[in-house]
Amino acid sequence: MAKLTIPAQELMYGGHAACPGCGPALAMRLLLKGLGPRTLVSIPACCWTVIATPYPTTALKVAVLDNAIESTGASISGLRAAADALGLDKVNIVGFAGDGGTADIGLQALSGMLERRTDAIYVMYDNEAYMNTGIQRSGATPWGAWTTTTPVAGDLRGKPEPKKDVMGIVLAHRPAYAATLNPAFPEDFNQKVEKARDIVGPRFFHIFTPCPPGWKFDSAQTIALGRLATDTGVFPLYEVVEGRLRITRKTGQLKPVAEYLSAQGRFRHLTPDDVTLIQAQVRSDWERLQKREREDLSLAH
Amino acid sequence: MTAKVLSGNYAQSYAALLARAQVVSAYPITPQTSIVEKIADFVASGELHAQYVKVESEHSALQVVISAAALGARTYTATSSQGLLLMHELLHWASGMRAPIVMGVINRAVAPPWNIGADHTDTMSQRDTGWIQFYAESNQEVLDTVLQAYRLAEHPDVRLPAMVTEDAFYLSHTVEPVDVPDPAVVDRFLPPREPHAVLVPGEATRLGSFTGPEHYVDFRHQIGEAMARVPKVLETVETEFERAVGRSHGGALPTYRIDDADAVLITMGTSTTTARSVVDELRASGRRVGLAKLRLFRPFPDEELRRLARGVDRIGVVDRSYTFGPMGPAATEVSAALYTARHRPEVTSFLAGIGGRDVTPGEVRRMFETLLSGAPATVHWEDLEDEGVTRIHG
Repeated sequence: MAKLTIPAQELMYGGHAACPGCGPALAMRLLLKGLGPRTLVSIPACCWTVIATPYPTTALKVAVLDNAIESTGASISGLRAAADALGLDKVNIVGFAGDGGTADIGLQALSGMLERRTDAIYVMYDNEAYMNTGIQRSGATPWGAWTTTTPVAGDLRGKPEPKKDVMGIVLAHRPAYAATLNPAFPEDFNQKVEKARDIVGPRFFHIFTPCPPGWKFDSAQTIALGRLATDTGVFPLYEVVEGRLRITRKTGQLKPVAEYLSAQGRFRHLTPDDVTLIQAQVRSDWERLQKREREDLSLAH
Repeated sequence: MTAKVLSGNYAQSYAALLARAQVVSAYPITPQTSIVEKIADFVASGELHAQYVKVESEHSALQVVISAAALGARTYTATSSQGLLLMHELLHWASGMRAPIVMGVINRAVAPPWNIGADHTDTMSQRDTGWIQFYAESNQEVLDTVLQAYRLAEHPDVRLPAMVTEDAFYLSHTVEPVDVPDPAVVDRFLPPREPHAVLVPGEATRLGSFTGPEHYVDFRHQIGEAMARVPKVLETVETEFERAVGRSHGGALPTYRIDDADAVLITMGTSTTTARSVVDELRASGRRVGLAKLRLFRPFPDEELRRLARGVDRIGVVDRSYTFGPMGPAATEVSAALYTARHRPEVTSFLAGIGGRDVTPGEVRRMFETLLSGAPATVHWEDLEDEGVTRIHG
């Protein structure tokens, strides 16, 4: 029998307002299990504004602060400053922002927080579009994906630009810790949360959070799709500690990316040539990641 | 008490020091910079035990202090002009969060064209954001008002953010003797903030949240009620300040020689000092003129104004900005407040000192002459009448 490594504590109430199969809801639940009750969460305008349920109710058993959509990085700097000024011990400060609130409008405040070495965890939960406003493209939407502002019509075949490399931007700031997390791999997820919890300095999580209504897939398939994302190499799992990258889920042979794409309505229009292009990009990114890991490993010795 | 020769900006810094601000956050902008430089010195020397968060924009500066205030810290920030405009969205957040932040604002013109001179357009365009607004006349008043603003902002009947503004360069970079009260005296007047409705680690609390129409109106109405209580609370705060420090600045709408006045001029900030000397001069030659200073602009002291206007037939309002309404912004407020008064004086709007122009004694004399002449009330662009300055047309 495998030992269950996920903490039993639940800091999220069942009566939240997420859609069935919501990836961001799972991400928050797992995150809080690893961080514990002394956690302050700052949430900008995003799906989680609503998931946390309206006044006077709340879906979380921890303290929540709402902040403007572009200022999550500054908000957690303020919470950390106040916690230090008031002598509050052992408090986890967390910013929990969507991909739009991070990769686009919140990028400046994120950069400022990382550069100031704020002792806090910034989470980008990535559902790859502005989902709370109804599926508009963000900088984190992948190439070829349909959204309401990247329609499929005539020559138009979804988003014509590639996904923004937010991890690359974050790593350029040399954070104390950065990792990719996927709720479909809860042990890996929890290990990273517990590891980051005990590190001092700016920490960043890029969490993969499938969105059934936005990506057009059956809400019963969130975990299956999450596993496919990592097993095809679309969303590899790794962590970077003090600049050294380690892949935390080794995939001997990547599954064909077509399996991941064909499971979602947002990619339904892609031609075999499109899929070949995406496959080539995913393979090249995966090879680059493995090369970086080998180089970092050799530096470590 | 120690007499120091301080700029208006250093008066802000010393006030933040005396208030024992716990979290300070700021982004540099001319002419605010010497405030935050001095605070950096205070923090570096250990005189001020504050977390000083140096941010990448004014927007983030205000978010830092909003979030710090949400956890119960006493906070300070300062900005000017474009920086204040960038904060606009978060000014609403601060008041909506009922965050008792105190902010120094150096009144500076708004671009384009770039201009760093004194002008109230920056704060006037933020008058509807739920912040208490003070306009200071002297460096002493800057220091004292910042201390009073903390008491007011943190008062259980108020719990709103406050900005203490000062005219660019006339105060920000001009030094004058300032009495700096002893820290022990200030500590008695301004004890540590008593946190109310703040985030508590480990407890299911939420600040901000979202609501439908069933609750939203209550939140807005409560801000309105808190604002309405400000003039009354300010009276108490000033009384206590006077008892502790020995000075008062006359409340929301201090007046000067208005008894039996035929014409009263209403000013804001530094033009008040000039106008006061002109009042003395005209009074000496038998003209019945007086002066009132809009020290508090938000909430607007309409009751005080109606009391003042009972015996006055002609009121002039000097605005250092224009907001494209029917008159200057302060003149519009004065007119609105007096429209329902039993005795309704004529209100004339004078726009003067725009973009760093001096408001001269000659200009003020002309304003009083206009008022006393009984000319129909209208809007006067006083700066355009000034022949001492070369302009691109006219």
